[in-house]
Amino acid sequence: MELIWQGITAALQLLITGDAEVIGITLLTLQVSGTATFISLILGIPLGTFLALKQFPGRRFVLSLVNTGMGMPPVVVGLWVSIMLWRSGPLGFLNIMYTPTAIIMAQAIIAAPVVVALTSAAIQQTNPKLRLQIRALGASNFQYLWLILKEVRFSLLAAVIAGFGAVVSEVGASMAVGGNIKGYSRVLTTATVLEVSKGNFDIAIALSIILSLLAYLVTLALTLFQQKRQGE
Amino acid sequence: MRFKKALASVAAATLSAAVLLSGCGTTSTPQASPAPQAAQTTPKPANPNVILATTTSTQDSGLLDVLVPQFEQKTGYTVKTIAVGTGAALAMGEKGEADVLLVHAPSSEKKLVDNQTGINYNLVMHNDFILVGPASDPAKIKELRTTAAALKAIATTQSIFISRGDDSGTDKMEKALWNKAGLKPSGTWYQESGQGMGQTLNIASEKNGYTLTDRATYLANQKNLKLDIVLQGEAALLNIYHVMQVNPEKYPKVNKDGAKAFDDFMVDTATQKVIADFGKDKFGQSLFFPDAGKKMEDLGK
Repeated sequence: MELIWQGITAALQLLITGDAEVIGITLLTLQVSGTATFISLILGIPLGTFLALKQFPGRRFVLSLVNTGMGMPPVVVGLWVSIMLWRSGPLGFLNIMYTPTAIIMAQAIIAAPVVVALTSAAIQQTNPKLRLQIRALGASNFQYLWLILKEVRFSLLAAVIAGFGAVVSEVGASMAVGGNIKGYSRVLTTATVLEVSKGNFDIAIALSIILSLLAYLVTLALTLFQQKRQGE
Repeated sequence: MRFKKALASVAAATLSAAVLLSGCGTTSTPQASPAPQAAQTTPKPANPNVILATTTSTQDSGLLDVLVPQFEQKTGYTVKTIAVGTGAALAMGEKGEADVLLVHAPSSEKKLVDNQTGINYNLVMHNDFILVGPASDPAKIKELRTTAAALKAIATTQSIFISRGDDSGTDKMEKALWNKAGLKPSGTWYQESGQGMGQTLNIASEKNGYTLTDRATYLANQKNLKLDIVLQGEAALLNIYHVMQVNPEKYPKVNKDGAKAFDDFMVDTATQKVIADFGKDKFGQSLFFPDAGKKMEDLGK
């Protein structure tokens, strides 16, 4: 019990005094996971829409792959991205191994299947008659897609929340491709692992509280945004 | 309602700040390095990033947190420390993924030196391995003198022993000690954690088991552990750290100058003094003993 109190006290201390290292780690976490989620949306929403609306041979197979991808273990992604980014690997010339960019890359790969699968599920659930009617009213292709995406905006935000939640909480990929380098590629999850192995449980608890708080605040913001119309 | 709106705008502000930050993110130069000050005294090197592959004990004990900033300040390089087990660090060297290695498994390092993967191979420091276990000492090791006898007692009494099992320097040492004692440990009492030294000590402490650890990590974690030192001081238990540069002739992508600078820094007189003093304020004793310029055979005499 004493340890938990120590952890909570340490967390408050770190937050109130504004410990520069912890603030840096927190901002980097937000920046890396935010960018990764953003990239996964740019890739995932069009792909999910395509899979939902287009009929082609092998579509169900692709969907099953995407659905499996939602549960892809971050360490597996971390390993494969490492193999690609190492100096000896096919993308070694990019020189981005052990950088925040490498973490963003891995996390975008982790979040993308979540976005694709949830987008495509949401669009498939819209009423086919509605789609037909939009067409009948003479909407252009672009207008048609825009209206459908607007129709499923609740589910799209759920996809954003799920994607961000998946990447902000993962440690395996960040450790493997980021290297947990102090003041550079250390994020909240890898910092927590390090403090545990250093035996600094109070700081580890403090970091875990900050991470939970960060995840909660971002989710709260997205939820309020999602529910904005509902209250009026 | 008003409250809800206010909350929403705060939340929206947080989010847009995140997006803004991420927009200008992804720079490939580290932000927290003391480069600005260093730039005044030393010109910024052409290739400023040095990848150091090392063992967890140098990071978990806090030694690198002291040495790396000093090196960066002095030379203008930025060190990317990848703390893995010695086995993994050596493998990174063998693939040319790291520029410089700080490791502690001399028998395995020999292979890299012999095949010219590692050059500028220098003895840096040593401390020692110790056998730790529960205060109750079920295998009665505290009465024994040698590691071989201690390991035999653990095996016969089937007392829990937690092995790293991760091919790290400590793991290699432990395997060599079992081998020397003529034993092949197996059974439910012999468990592999597959994790770093700090975690393995926690597991041993929770399970009332024995484990082999380097002294530095044990001292750094001692406050959380219910483990006593049960055996120490044998010459076979020396834990020896070497630094080496990954050969740029074999791997052209290696940061040759940065690696050389770090290699030289580790055996520099001033650095050696810092190593000698490290931990004295916190633990009342040195965690590492500087050895630059000495011969490995002369250690522990």
